Amino acid sequence: MIDLLMSIVDWVTAQTVLYTMIKIVAIIAPLLLTVAYVTYAERKVIGYIQVRIGPNRVGPFGLLQPIADGLKLMLKEVILPAKSNMYLFVIAPVLAIAPALAAWAVMPFDATLTLANIDAGLLYILAITSMGVYGIIIAGWASNSKYALLGALRSAAQVVSYEIAMGFALVGVLVAAGSLNMGDIVLAQQGGFWHWYWLPLLPLFVVYFISGVAETNRAPFDMAEGESEIVAGFHVEYSGMAFAVFFLAEYADMILISMLAAVLFCGGWLSPFEGTFLADFFAWVPGIIWLFMKTSFFLFLYLWFRATFPRYRYDQVMRLGWKIFIPVTLVWLVVVSTAQVMDVGIWFNEQADALRAAL
Amino acid sequence: MEKYIFYAFAAILLFSATMVITVRNPVRAALFLVLAFFTSAGIWLMLEAEFLAITLVLVYVGAVMVLFLFVVMMLNVNLTPVQEGFTRYLPLGILVAALITAEMIAVLGASHFGLDIVSAPIAHGANYSNTKELGRLLYTVYVYPFEIASVILTVAIVAAITLTLRRKTSKFQDPGKQVKVRREDRVRLVKMDAVKPKPPAVASEETAS
Repeated sequence: MIDLLMSIVDWVTAQTVLYTMIKIVAIIAPLLLTVAYVTYAERKVIGYIQVRIGPNRVGPFGLLQPIADGLKLMLKEVILPAKSNMYLFVIAPVLAIAPALAAWAVMPFDATLTLANIDAGLLYILAITSMGVYGIIIAGWASNSKYALLGALRSAAQVVSYEIAMGFALVGVLVAAGSLNMGDIVLAQQGGFWHWYWLPLLPLFVVYFISGVAETNRAPFDMAEGESEIVAGFHVEYSGMAFAVFFLAEYADMILISMLAAVLFCGGWLSPFEGTFLADFFAWVPGIIWLFMKTSFFLFLYLWFRATFPRYRYDQVMRLGWKIFIPVTLVWLVVVSTAQVMDVGIWFNEQADALRAAL
Repeated sequence: MEKYIFYAFAAILLFSATMVITVRNPVRAALFLVLAFFTSAGIWLMLEAEFLAITLVLVYVGAVMVLFLFVVMMLNVNLTPVQEGFTRYLPLGILVAALITAEMIAVLGASHFGLDIVSAPIAHGANYSNTKELGRLLYTVYVYPFEIASVILTVAIVAAITLTLRRKTSKFQDPGKQVKVRREDRVRLVKMDAVKPKPPAVASEETAS
């Protein structure tokens, strides 16, 4: 057996695989820890917005609350509904979390810090995140419950609709940057705060982030859960760890969308003081810190939205996606393409020349 | 190494493709089709066609199959009556399949498509970008076919939407009207004197029952 394996895999390949595994763990372990503390931050932030204190019993300032929650979920029984489709019921949480984690493979944390620096990185992220909806659909169908099925159908329709608007917003980014590679997109925004794409692509940026909130099924677009209408939507039959995995997937997706917003529209790891007199003063700060700060801001927006807006009505969600966002992105795509051809402003100059040089 | 990965992907692909037509439950069949698409994307990736592979996942797995599943779940179709003819038509099916295989061997076999006639594609370096190459070809050499294909697709979209608009039965909300609604349109304030209406003493029992 070992000989057969050795004949297939040589030493160099084995080493590469091992190193890749270690790198994957180095990304996923902090990610899951962050997920735990995003739940804590969510409860604290919403607590303060609603003039409460939030969790404050377990550990200092309630800091051990996520650990306690995790332990509780692990110890609870996973109930399999009698008439559910057992295999699909069990596999659904896995299908939900796998894309949420796999998408991190191409995320550029710093100039040289990427697990897989592939050429079609943006396209890969779009494709992988579009698979996340299967977890929800299968969970809803396999539960053999009316509420779960309704939640799954709502979610499927919503995610597919908003994916189009989101895809168009990302097309705008790649037209502006002239590349699908995540690292190149960040480098194309070099030159300080006013060079980032949030300004020339402002409509796309807004559409992207709102679609991101809708894609992750978060308030005010949490139609898939809709506690007051369909109990808890697609995961109504799940308990214990199976439920926790859905929870993890949702929060990992939130962090992913926030970090993507930072990378694609807010200069990723680039310092906001680039090109100003403060540039040298902040030169010692590693890029990953800037990226995390930008990501935290977008994550805070998620929590802020949840505490501020009431849930949308379902037909209004669909109207917003199809009749407002898609036309807005289409118009702005034309604007961006024209700007790119005409070398407008500080954003479209060098990239256009670089593109022409490449061709 | 690459060879073994290919065989693994090919085995999964064949298995899932077989399951699509043999499995009883339509939802499961659709899910096996998803697996088949995903695995073929893996095989395309090995051919250095990463753009096509990722687009296959994005379009077919991420959008088309989701809507497919959506419909299958809503309709609650039972495939058992559909599959009743499975064994009856099996000889004919095998004949057609054999014919197709024979044709493919005749065309793609070693005598016409062997390595000595069509050389194997050269493996490109790490900085070769399939996406860029594809884009360059599409927008330069094949720009007219590309434009014609996109116009045909647009016509198909317009036609499909027009077909749904033929019968005006759908109900929808007009948000403009909803926003314009004022309190006066919905609620009427009635001024009444604060007097207690006299209870009809005799009829009270009957109204209670």
